[in-house]
Amino acid sequence: MKTFDAILKETRFFQDLKPEYIDIIAGCGSNARFDPGDYIFREGEPANTFYLIRHGQVVIELHDPRRGQLPIYTVHEDDILGWSWLFPPYKWHFSARAVSLTRAIALDGACLRGKCDADTDLGYELMKRFAAIVIDRLHATRLQVLDIYG
Amino acid sequence: MVENLLTEKLTATDPMLPGLFRIHRILKESYDTFTVELVSLEGYQTFPFEAGQFNMLYVYGVGEIPVSISGDPLHPETLVHTTRVVGTVTRAMRELKIGDVIGVRGPFGSAWPVQAAKGNDLVFVAGGIGLAPLRPALYQILAQRDRYGKIVLLYGCRSPEDILFRKELEKWRARFDLEIYVTVDYANTRWHGNVGVVTKLIPKAPFDPLNTIAMVCGPEVMMRFTAIELQKRGVNPDNIYISMERNMKCAVGFCGHCQFGPTFICKNGPVYPYSQMQNWLAMWEI
Repeated sequence: MKTFDAILKETRFFQDLKPEYIDIIAGCGSNARFDPGDYIFREGEPANTFYLIRHGQVVIELHDPRRGQLPIYTVHEDDILGWSWLFPPYKWHFSARAVSLTRAIALDGACLRGKCDADTDLGYELMKRFAAIVIDRLHATRLQVLDIYG
Repeated sequence: MVENLLTEKLTATDPMLPGLFRIHRILKESYDTFTVELVSLEGYQTFPFEAGQFNMLYVYGVGEIPVSISGDPLHPETLVHTTRVVGTVTRAMRELKIGDVIGVRGPFGSAWPVQAAKGNDLVFVAGGIGLAPLRPALYQILAQRDRYGKIVLLYGCRSPEDILFRKELEKWRARFDLEIYVTVDYANTRWHGNVGVVTKLIPKAPFDPLNTIAMVCGPEVMMRFTAIELQKRGVNPDNIYISMERNMKCAVGFCGHCQFGPTFICKNGPVYPYSQMQNWLAMWEI
């Protein structure tokens, strides 16, 4: 059976991260499994975890009182789900629902926040990687709101 | 052979003279998009064309518009066009019935590099109605499937209701030698597929970037960002082909309506290597 650190090393997100940092992050990990329809987190709840999706598909949603749940973006295998654990007020701004059977590594963000404060090199490494995800999704969202096919 | 010669004569002798075609079949693809199948009224039994080319369709008394051919180049007995209702001519075209007659000039323009792509992986990236001009290339390639490497179709559209050629996509999806990924910009919870822009499908699509030909068709903004993502994966800009669209009128490079930088889209295009167009695409007021 593969250990968490071996799994993390193979992912795009943690690629080339120093082995000692991988060990620290792996120490904050646990396995998670979600059935189709399960909510992984809900808007407004405390955000203390993020997920490395290993298998399955998760949709990020926003609730609109008139239109119900609005799917915004889908994440897949090898994607990172959740960055609200890294920024105050540490609450989820959106909800995430498993579309299919989803297996993930849940990483304890609250634990990692403390380790990032104590080791700013680790904090900077993680921040750079999360910033890349945020930029990537911002670009995608800009195209999405343009309604380019209209 | 004889039919080919007759058709060639029709287009070669007077490219400005429309041939008469009868509407043989009309298919509703979505709430605003439809397909017409046409047969010649002038005795031509086939209408040879290359994947990626377009015709000028003339609704008598209303006007003429360029529309890409969306049918199978290997079955040119009927001429197939798919279009969206966006203006006066397409609105009038939607009101036509089976048996009505429209004028056709063409085929015009350059084609997808179907032959040159042999031996490579192929990535088709379609946005919205952009799937229609790519469909002839898919037909042609799937008919000689063993001559190509991996084939991936990435298709993005506004919502699940806008997905074109649904039955065909389902049929293709059932094949083991073609990967299809569909994504929409907007959906409700009844949609279990992907949500997000089509460019986000590129990083994980299964193809070898160093040995890939990409054919991209959709709105210009989408094509620009698609080309950027394909290059990030390592696809050479010379191996990315895009289909351009401009206000084409004469379709033979006389009138200049569709001039884009140094080229006429109707005559030199609509299909271009991205490397040839990339500097012009980001330019304003061209």
